[in-house]
Amino acid sequence: MARRAAVRTVQRRARGPVPQAKVPIRVKINGVEYSHEVEPRLLLVHYIRDVVGLTGTHIGCDTSNCGACTVLMKGTWGNEWRAVKSCTLYAVQADGAEIITIEGLAKNGELHPLQKAFWEHHALQCGYCTPGMILAALGFLKLNPNPTREEIRKGISGNLCRCTGYVNIVKAIEAAAKEIREKGSWI
Amino acid sequence: MRLIPRSFEYVAPKTLQEAVSILRKYKGEAKVLAGGHSLVPLMKLRLSNPQVVVDLKYLRPKLAYIKVAGKTVRIGALTRHAEIEHSAELKKVVPIMPAAAEWIGDMQVRNMGTIGGSLAHADPAADWPVVMLALNATFVANGGAQRKIPATKFFLGPFTTALKPHEILTEIQVPVPPSNHGWSWKKFERKAGDFATVNTAVIVVPGRKGEIADVSIAVGAVHVRPFRATDAEKVLKGEVPTMDLIREAAEKAAAMSEPSADLRGSVEYKREVTKVFVRRALVEACERAKLLKPEAAVVR
Repeated sequence: MARRAAVRTVQRRARGPVPQAKVPIRVKINGVEYSHEVEPRLLLVHYIRDVVGLTGTHIGCDTSNCGACTVLMKGTWGNEWRAVKSCTLYAVQADGAEIITIEGLAKNGELHPLQKAFWEHHALQCGYCTPGMILAALGFLKLNPNPTREEIRKGISGNLCRCTGYVNIVKAIEAAAKEIREKGSWI
Repeated sequence: MRLIPRSFEYVAPKTLQEAVSILRKYKGEAKVLAGGHSLVPLMKLRLSNPQVVVDLKYLRPKLAYIKVAGKTVRIGALTRHAEIEHSAELKKVVPIMPAAAEWIGDMQVRNMGTIGGSLAHADPAADWPVVMLALNATFVANGGAQRKIPATKFFLGPFTTALKPHEILTEIQVPVPPSNHGWSWKKFERKAGDFATVNTAVIVVPGRKGEIADVSIAVGAVHVRPFRATDAEKVLKGEVPTMDLIREAAEKAAAMSEPSADLRGSVEYKREVTKVFVRRALVEACERAKLLKPEAAVVR
């Protein structure tokens, strides 16, 4: 019995990795429902960019450091929107979740307060980190709607701007926080 | 560059029993996925190539909680770092936990990563193991039957714990320290959100005569596993703390470290920062326990 099991194991290894069974997932992105069959190893960021075709979410370091791939996801922690790094999640983990990417922020042609503030305060230079920076800022403001500059700096410490334009980014987030508080609507 | 993990089979069991039986079936070939913020990066770098990934996401309703009951805090293994960081209850009864959580990775990482995942992963430079050692925590593991493992017997070496391949860490039990205890969490990181160069957790319980009735000092990142600096604890226990005693204890703690040289520094450098950070942590914990006046420690 034991020997037969051992032979089976050897055969399985000799065949190499078992072809992955695709897994059906349903995800709501920016209010639109998507359902696809995906390989388990497909990362959420690749799903958003390559399968759904929303390329506003960027891939920077691919090692959970830079934050360029940040999106908002609901359902990871209670039923609240939280910022997560989509390069460090498998798409299958997001099955049943709701997601907001940079494409989902402007409403009826009007920019979100954060987008507007980034524009007005010149908080982007090359713009590569911007989508992730804005969604991280939004996730942070959800936790702390009235932050000090110091708290903002700590809040976005998971996002890197290689143009090093942090001063204006912090100013923009501060201005947007004020507008969001006054408007009373966060998204 | 695109980092893509090797292919694997994915299962998301609905119950703990089901999860355990899958782990039993695949022996060491299956890996548990909690928040995925240690496992997914390792799989992307192909340092970990499990045949099967067992996602515990459906167990979250049962295994994510913070319950303060009498003298024990019970924390579900799937509780996210951010939930601990923002827990008003923990800030009151075990303030070192939310304070330490704040230093783990960055906001996005804390929104996904779990305390159980971090402990079971047992990175020698991780933060939770050090906090758990200082708090004398106990871990509950389930592999069909339940068993309790004290934190002091849990971490065996780098990425190695006392958990058996089919066991899942389900709960962390933390004894509530006396309300007048002093605590300190000090972490030295090379850049924001990095793993520690050295991290240390100190709990001080004051006695009636201004002495240290009890003290625990845990140190991480400077040994193959996090450790209790027992030699340093012996120096302080029962004594009225002075800067001289604190300096002596910090030296004893540094002497117990066995760091390895890497991009975070040489062996000598890491020993030195261990000494400095343990000293600062002891001063802060003694001040919080009102055993040391702030002016006593002007030169830190």
